[in-house]
Amino acid sequence: MSHWIVAPVVLPALLAPIIAFVMRHDITLARAASFAGTIALAAIAVGLMVMAADGTTHVYRMGDWAAPFGIVLVLDRLSALMLLVTSALALVVLLHASASGWDDRGRHFHALFQFQLMGICGAFLTGDAFNLFVFFEVLLIASYGLMIHGGGRVRLQAGLQYVVMNLAGSTLFLFALGTLYASTGTLNIADLAVKVRELPLEDAALVRVAAILLMVVFAIKAALFPVQFWLPATYANAPAPVAALFAIMTKVGAYAIIRIHAVVFGPDVPGLGGLIGDWLMPAAVVTVAIGAVGVLGARRLMPLLSFSVVGSMGTMMIAVAAFTPQATTAALYYLVHSTFSAAALFLLADLVVSRRPGGDLLRAEPPTVQNGLFAALFFAGAIAMAGMPPLSGFLGKLLILDGLRDSAAMTAAWIAILVGSLMTIVGFARAGSILFWKSTALAPAEPEEDTGNPDETEAGDAPPPGPARAGALEVAPTVMALAILAVLAFLAGPMTGFMDKAAHQLFDGSDYVAAVLDPDAEVKQ
Amino acid sequence: MEIVVASSIGVLTAGGVYLILRLRAFAVILGLALLTYAVNIFLFATGRLAVNAPPVLNKYADVAYSDPLPQALVLTAIVISFGMTAVLVMIALGAFLEADHDRIDMTGEDDARDDDDALSAQGENRA
Repeated sequence: MSHWIVAPVVLPALLAPIIAFVMRHDITLARAASFAGTIALAAIAVGLMVMAADGTTHVYRMGDWAAPFGIVLVLDRLSALMLLVTSALALVVLLHASASGWDDRGRHFHALFQFQLMGICGAFLTGDAFNLFVFFEVLLIASYGLMIHGGGRVRLQAGLQYVVMNLAGSTLFLFALGTLYASTGTLNIADLAVKVRELPLEDAALVRVAAILLMVVFAIKAALFPVQFWLPATYANAPAPVAALFAIMTKVGAYAIIRIHAVVFGPDVPGLGGLIGDWLMPAAVVTVAIGAVGVLGARRLMPLLSFSVVGSMGTMMIAVAAFTPQATTAALYYLVHSTFSAAALFLLADLVVSRRPGGDLLRAEPPTVQNGLFAALFFAGAIAMAGMPPLSGFLGKLLILDGLRDSAAMTAAWIAILVGSLMTIVGFARAGSILFWKSTALAPAEPEEDTGNPDETEAGDAPPPGPARAGALEVAPTVMALAILAVLAFLAGPMTGFMDKAAHQLFDGSDYVAAVLDPDAEVKQ
Repeated sequence: MEIVVASSIGVLTAGGVYLILRLRAFAVILGLALLTYAVNIFLFATGRLAVNAPPVLNKYADVAYSDPLPQALVLTAIVISFGMTAVLVMIALGAFLEADHDRIDMTGEDDARDDDDALSAQGENRA
């Protein structure tokens, strides 16, 4: 039993109060501590990845209480992968928040950031359904603070909606857990997997209710169709680095659906069958459609990006809803891709929007400083998000299409993904050309910029209060996120190889159950 | 007793859902509070209703006991919902002070006004 498994939870949990209480007046100190903590978290995540890579399911028993009674943390390939993605994203976002000064526009950014990481890491590691609820609450309450960081009327109103939506979701979560406990008498995920299969058929109705309620709760987090309404307003009004960090929060919901379904509510559960997949698939298809239409219809850049996140969640959930190892492999690959492409776009949007007089309004305005650089980065991000070669979005969508080839919902899924991608391309092309291309044509018409110099960098320097150029440090996080996508595309073979193993380990649930419930299991392996 | 517990959960939930669907922040907060009360009682009842039974096992005598786990779960849920309600009240207060109204939905008018703001800012820039 390696104690490193609990480190991704303990480290931010200890660091956050220290930052909040000791370093709250010194932003430099808080930044340094936050960076040190996040780098350490990334190192731990790499270590755990190495530990989990051989296929062993590691179990950490809190206080050494035996499994169904105490809380366990479980580390397998999937949770190690999610931890690594989280810590890499956190580093990128933290760099941007510090370089752009977002963290100084309100109080306690770094403390909330660390609490958020604690909640996310905990949710990926826990092997107990009620503990999952607790970690959800930890990450949510930190996200409430981050969401309204910096203040402002519209942001507070959007934050209020976000909080209300998630509190209602938490209540549903508790109802689901209560129903599950009442029918099975346990909340340990591995124990649930055993008990649910032993239930007599006449109790199956309660388990069905609990299963569907749980899926609704996770669908709220993953922004699936009937409950996706919170996402565009939240992401569009959150501070851009926070929106980039939230890219992993939707994935927490997706992860929970994958984990709980694969381990507990598989199709072999009596009375349940393929019920969950049957409901998830149409919901995911509609989510793709909503995302695509939203991208086409958005009048502002931030809502446009938010709807593209909705669309990419739908694409991913189509693959998840098939619930086969092959489709799950594709879903995991697309999950990593979607996280970093959304983060790259939100971070870039922050660079652009803060330098435009009209904010994120999609309207041709005189070009900002470094129009060419921003346009190139936006082009790369849009290519990734829409799923065009050569970046990883293309491969991800290809894998998903391939994974669904023998699924019953293949026609609907293929049409949704292909048409949705096309509409996303059109939407991004429109936004990009308005923001970066048409604005260069507008420049000579400006009375102040009559010098007629089309070179946007010099034109930007001309008016005295012109926005500052983005330094290398400010652009670096966006480039880093895009570079991760490039690496993901370049190393697609080894990556999908690992994800394939993770998916098979996940669907062969006996390992998970045995490792958690059998105290000597780890000795055997 | 079952009928009392069940109907109180039902009434609290119905009231909570009705209040959540109102468009004012205060009503929504009250609704969420009612919902959390309902879910707390519900969680409490998931360990089966046992009257006058201690939540401990007695290995020397075969006596009735009540399930202690839901009680621990309820405690956690109460603490979390209490904290969440406090956060929610603070955010709602902030939103009310910023916007001068406590409507919970964001109307298109907000968006339009922002557009106007942006346009006038742009106009000033051009002037």
